[in-house]
Amino acid sequence: MNFTFVLSQSITQALGVTAIIYCLAAMGLNLQFGYTGLLNFGQVAFAAIGAYSVGVIVISFGASLWAAIPIGLLASVALALVLGIPTLRLRADYLAIVTIATSEIIRLLVRSIALRDTFGGANGINGKMGQAFHDLNPFHADIDLPFLTWTRQDLWVVTVGWSLIAIFTLAIWLLVRSPWGRVVKGIREDENAVVSLGKNAYVYKMQALILGGLLGTVGGIVWAIAKQSVQPDNFVPDVTFFSYTILLLGGAARVFGPIVGAIIFWFLLVFVGEFLNQMIDAGWITFLLPTDVGPIRFILVGLGLMGLMIFRPQGIFGDKRELALNAR
Amino acid sequence: MPKGGKYQLSVDETTLPAGVSFTKPEYQSRSILVLMGDKKVLFGFSSGEGGGGATSSSFTWARISQLLVDGLFFGILIALGAVGLNLIFGTTGLTNFSHGELLTLGAFTAIVLNELGLNLVIAAPIAVVISAILWGWGQNRILWKRLRRRKTGLIASMVVTIGLAITIRYTLLLIFGGSPRSYQQFAGQTGLEFGPVSITPKSIVFAILAAIAIAATVIWLQRSRIGKATRAVSDNPALASATGIDVERVISVVWILGAGLAGFAGIYLGSTQDVTWNMGQRLLLVMFAAVTLGGLGTIYGAIVGALVVGMFVQLSTLFIPTEMKTVGALFLMIIILLVRPQGILGRRERVG
Amino acid sequence: MPANGQRALEAQAALSGVPRIPGAPKPDPILVASSIVRRFGGLSAVDVEHVEIQRGSITALIGPNGAGKTTLFNLLTGFDAPDEGTWSFNGKSMGRLSPYRVARLGMVRTFQLTKALNRLRVIDNMLLGAKGQRGERLWASLLPFLWRGQETKNTVRADVLLKRFSLDAKRGDFAGSLSGGQRKLLEMARALMSEPELIMLDEPMAGVNPALTQSLLQHIKMIREEGSTVLFVEHDMDMVHDISDWVIVMAQGQIIAEGPPGDVMKNPEVIDAYLGSRHEKALTESGESLTTGDAK
Repeated sequence: MNFTFVLSQSITQALGVTAIIYCLAAMGLNLQFGYTGLLNFGQVAFAAIGAYSVGVIVISFGASLWAAIPIGLLASVALALVLGIPTLRLRADYLAIVTIATSEIIRLLVRSIALRDTFGGANGINGKMGQAFHDLNPFHADIDLPFLTWTRQDLWVVTVGWSLIAIFTLAIWLLVRSPWGRVVKGIREDENAVVSLGKNAYVYKMQALILGGLLGTVGGIVWAIAKQSVQPDNFVPDVTFFSYTILLLGGAARVFGPIVGAIIFWFLLVFVGEFLNQMIDAGWITFLLPTDVGPIRFILVGLGLMGLMIFRPQGIFGDKRELALNAR
Repeated sequence: MPKGGKYQLSVDETTLPAGVSFTKPEYQSRSILVLMGDKKVLFGFSSGEGGGGATSSSFTWARISQLLVDGLFFGILIALGAVGLNLIFGTTGLTNFSHGELLTLGAFTAIVLNELGLNLVIAAPIAVVISAILWGWGQNRILWKRLRRRKTGLIASMVVTIGLAITIRYTLLLIFGGSPRSYQQFAGQTGLEFGPVSITPKSIVFAILAAIAIAATVIWLQRSRIGKATRAVSDNPALASATGIDVERVISVVWILGAGLAGFAGIYLGSTQDVTWNMGQRLLLVMFAAVTLGGLGTIYGAIVGALVVGMFVQLSTLFIPTEMKTVGALFLMIIILLVRPQGILGRRERVG
Repeated sequence: MPANGQRALEAQAALSGVPRIPGAPKPDPILVASSIVRRFGGLSAVDVEHVEIQRGSITALIGPNGAGKTTLFNLLTGFDAPDEGTWSFNGKSMGRLSPYRVARLGMVRTFQLTKALNRLRVIDNMLLGAKGQRGERLWASLLPFLWRGQETKNTVRADVLLKRFSLDAKRGDFAGSLSGGQRKLLEMARALMSEPELIMLDEPMAGVNPALTQSLLQHIKMIREEGSTVLFVEHDMDMVHDISDWVIVMAQGQIIAEGPPGDVMKNPEVIDAYLGSRHEKALTESGESLTTGDAK
């Protein structure tokens, strides 16, 4: 049983590329769900758009990464418009249904044999799609601290990733403290009341959907650049729900919620997984197989999502005063 | 089989006829639990690209009539799930993203009974009853009733249904493993030929039973006291409550009924295809398409929507690859939302 | 007190010559609606031939439950679309206008079930009411210097209103922590933040503690004294007697009588409409508002 290894893995992952990607997705959900009350159950579609834009444009079409990124962002705005136009005038559950359906439509399309030449079918797209980014890497060596190990390449992605998160967090902080933020929070509480005061709620909801989607797309772009591989089955609805769990862990409608949430979430998830693996390897747990660890992690996420939403939607560090008002 | 126990079976791919492959790579080997006696094991094969991507461009009447029948049967299956989904939505306002798992739970309840030695003919009705009471009434009692009392909002509740769905799905995966299972009886039936159309006897039996169950539900809603109360609660819970209807009792009944129908749908799906840990999840969006199409909250809407979606999914394979047939149904749903958001049979509601 | 202020006398004088018949034309109407029909299924929820609202007056819209008052409100404010009908506000035709545009033109409503924005502070609820805010635009919101000045001015105005409605002590609290009556007051104050020409109050007294009712009535009178027009829905006839300059009575979707409160109460048709459907309920109704009002 190597406890240091478990801890080091957990810390590395909690600050690593995956945490960054999920943090970005959860930041998008925070704008949509936390502040505006929009139930986007298809955040993974926005991530897929970002990742596949990079994969398709760089590998399948042989164009530059620097062209792929803006195209991916534009595609993301287009997706938000397509999702929002039919649903944002309707009750909240329609958006939820249509977004989760669209995320599956996109996954099935990029997975299909008919479109294999472009999207690579079930195998996805693999290749040095992030090379242009990695060429700019200023770091010369891997990092190997007692509890933190990254390759030179990961170190570069992580540095840029957390910097982006810092910039976006500042922007969101400005947004939600402004009159704009007041309007979207009003929409979350009661859309008709806000409309009756002369605000075009539809436009605000669309703006929140687009901005939140863009953050998910940035997450997808980071994914493609860091992993140099995009596969359809990386973009299942569970990714969206992991992001929701992260958001609720850190606290919905809290500016730093997604950051806190992503770090704690990935620390716990990796810790539990590695810890169980070690226990099974060492023969201390005999009733579980190594393949059981995956499902157990998912069960914990499911239970966590339910428990947080019911008991502490304002996050584990949330404000008690707000708790009384969460009866909604 | 020499004796009961867990067996790992696998097929040597080189022994298969040319052009035949597994529909999914994980089907190559599967483990089964044999408790006693013989057991047929099915492997998912497909020949050529038929199960995968290619569009068969053959517009024969034989094919169209086969697809129509398949579509009707699929529609009835969806309706079983969609009716419950819509009843629960109508009475509680909850859009239940864990409704697919009610199907899965039904199918697994039956498989446990089946593997304990009960013939499916006996196991199925018992499993439906268990579904209704344990997974329906019990779920409402343990979870939703408490959340209603806490005044948890509908949007929060929807997120809870997602958490519940994940929990149920992966608990089943943990307990039963990932490989598909099938019921011991009626597994490898050959289809009966009706002119150009081939249907397995079990499909016919299941479809007829399902149609009866749906019809009975509709008649019950129209005629019985509690059925009428259900419609009143769907219409206006506050008013219904004010007129002396016990809303909580109605909701309990609706959960029992919805979960029972869903459990039945799960067994139906499991016997015509496979029993897997995510079988219900895969059908959830199609059920939503049906419900959205017909109108959220209306019972006839759910039935009509389900039949339309069932037919649409099957007939769309005339034009698009089979692997994309779900995509077609989901597109249809989005188009309907653009044109007629309240659904075919839905109606608009008052503000304020 | 403002009860018999200058504007009240003016409004009553202007209305004195108006015939007491349904659909009577007014000397200076702010809102004119003709042949408004809204059907639900086969039922006509609203079927109003003609109605005008006098500028600067307090007009009460009364009628038994289910008379179509709220539906008419929804139609006039764009929250629902009529099957037929035209109406104009300040001479500007309003058919098929989105509800937010209606509000921007100066016709602001409140709701029967109070819509206090629970997880917003009371002061933020108020600020949301202000019109034409630069910081409500997405890009400008990122540049606080563009909207800080305006925000400060709005805050000053909001604080004045909060004080007037005795909510200044609750300024920093979440609106969700207010009592039922305080929410009604907040909703009214918030609507006033947008400086409406016509304020439409949907049952402002429902669910309000009787002790607070008097002060609510005074506030409504004050709105008239400041030059706005008030149209409010109420089903309790006694409530309206004291404050309204003009009363419009609806029953089964139609306007059945109009006139000053004293006249309308004596109108046999009105008494019929009320007695027909509400005879026995009148008692329980008033008991209800006592018990349910201000439960917190």
